[in-house]
Amino acid sequence: MLDALVHVLMLFLLPPLLFGVIGKVKAFFAGRKGPPLLQSYRDISKLLGKGSVFSGTTSWVFRAGPIVALVAVAVAGLLLPFGASSAPVSFAGDMILFAYLFALSRFFTTAAALDTGSAFEGMGAAREVAFACLSEPALFFVFLALSKLTRSLSLSDMLGASAGGLPAAAMAPLVLLCLGLFVIILAETCRIPVDDPATHLELTMIHEAMILDHSGPLLGLIEYSASMKLLVLESLLISLALPFRSGSAWLDRGLFAAETLVLAACIGVMESVMARLRMRRVPYLLTGALLLGGSGFILLVR
Amino acid sequence: MFDLINALLVTLLALNLFALGTSRIQSVIRIVAVQGALLGLLTLLMHDSLSFPVLLSGIAAVLIKGLVIPAVMMRSLRAADIKREVEPFIGFLPSILLGAVATAAVILLFQALTAAGPASAGAPIAPSLIAPASVSTILVGFIILVSRYKAITQVLGYLVLENGIYIFGTLLVEAIPLVVEMGMLLDLFVGVFVISIITNHINRAFSSMDTRRLVSLKE
Repeated sequence: MLDALVHVLMLFLLPPLLFGVIGKVKAFFAGRKGPPLLQSYRDISKLLGKGSVFSGTTSWVFRAGPIVALVAVAVAGLLLPFGASSAPVSFAGDMILFAYLFALSRFFTTAAALDTGSAFEGMGAAREVAFACLSEPALFFVFLALSKLTRSLSLSDMLGASAGGLPAAAMAPLVLLCLGLFVIILAETCRIPVDDPATHLELTMIHEAMILDHSGPLLGLIEYSASMKLLVLESLLISLALPFRSGSAWLDRGLFAAETLVLAACIGVMESVMARLRMRRVPYLLTGALLLGGSGFILLVR
Repeated sequence: MFDLINALLVTLLALNLFALGTSRIQSVIRIVAVQGALLGLLTLLMHDSLSFPVLLSGIAAVLIKGLVIPAVMMRSLRAADIKREVEPFIGFLPSILLGAVATAAVILLFQALTAAGPASAGAPIAPSLIAPASVSTILVGFIILVSRYKAITQVLGYLVLENGIYIFGTLLVEAIPLVVEMGMLLDLFVGVFVISIITNHINRAFSSMDTRRLVSLKE
């Protein structure tokens, strides 16, 4: 019970801090002081307190979009183990539910974007869906390889097993899977090589283009669910790449939180040293992730 | 230990794919440099006891493949004043796919060969991935060699090819005398050095690094 409670608290309270860490790292690289670590919390609470403007052409889909997206990501977060503590919800085949919760969130975000009837938002939605065609199979290859490795279909077993439970021979495929997963994280959370969260030039945006018409609390929910998505995907990678255990439950929880922050800092470094890829080249990167996951799977099957 | 080696080899294979997929020549040079440094590390890991020849050839590989050759290449790239490989013979996405298919096919082929071969008693002599990683790196080197037009990228293809051969050579570090090993590294270095000078001259004579232009006669 306590485990589940801490899990839910971490899932809901930690995410905006990750954005704060990324912002700080990027500011450090740019030689600036940067916004305070807790700025995202303030931004989101400010947005939640504001009023909303709805275009006359929108329907209920537009209002439901951000809410469904947030709920879907939160439920997906309940299916994953955070560090050493096991997931609150777990059953055989929940990896499929996990992948499709992300798809559901994407469907409603793009549907809400199309609902406004704006050309730019339609373009953003088209891009988002097109790139998802490549990142989703990549995620499935990772899951497939993991379930082959652990002979289990539930995320808790697949990820929890890597706490020393995985056979040593799995190291070679694991390297490939982690590399692929890192690219998937960058693509899904719209970080720099794929999409620039700071840009507001309509022709190059993906995610930001879809939320142009959202304002006030709904925009706050979108920001919040974007940060939560980052936390959920990060915890997936952490369970694979950094399965450190200390033995004490509370120490493990602190360790997990620290690991998410370190990974966020890594993403911040990536964003600072790289430029955004041209839109035409993004599919190459995602195909690379797909092939990495696929090769990991082939190494296990052979 | 074998698992660490396999993880290293798999990283090398992933780097192959990235080398196939980037158009920026500078990034390809960096990728090949990292590959070279990893190869030196691989030599050190392959052996339980660090004898003098192993240590020396490992460090020499890291220095020459990871630092000296990339520095020379970067220099000639700066002199040539080009940044990207535009319009390769095989596009970037198709060449990634080709490389991945080749890698997978080689791994499966070697699997079939090992299964068909005589059952060896006890532990396998070599970690399972060394031979497939070597052959697939060689194939990726070939793909870069035949599909790119810029002289300097072709040199990089040759270096990837050589890396593939080197992976196979790590199996034999103690069998090959140190002199031969050092001789190969020296040859490679001199080769790249000379080719860098030649590409500079090509660039000056044809005002382009495009090897297709070489068919036209010049004084």
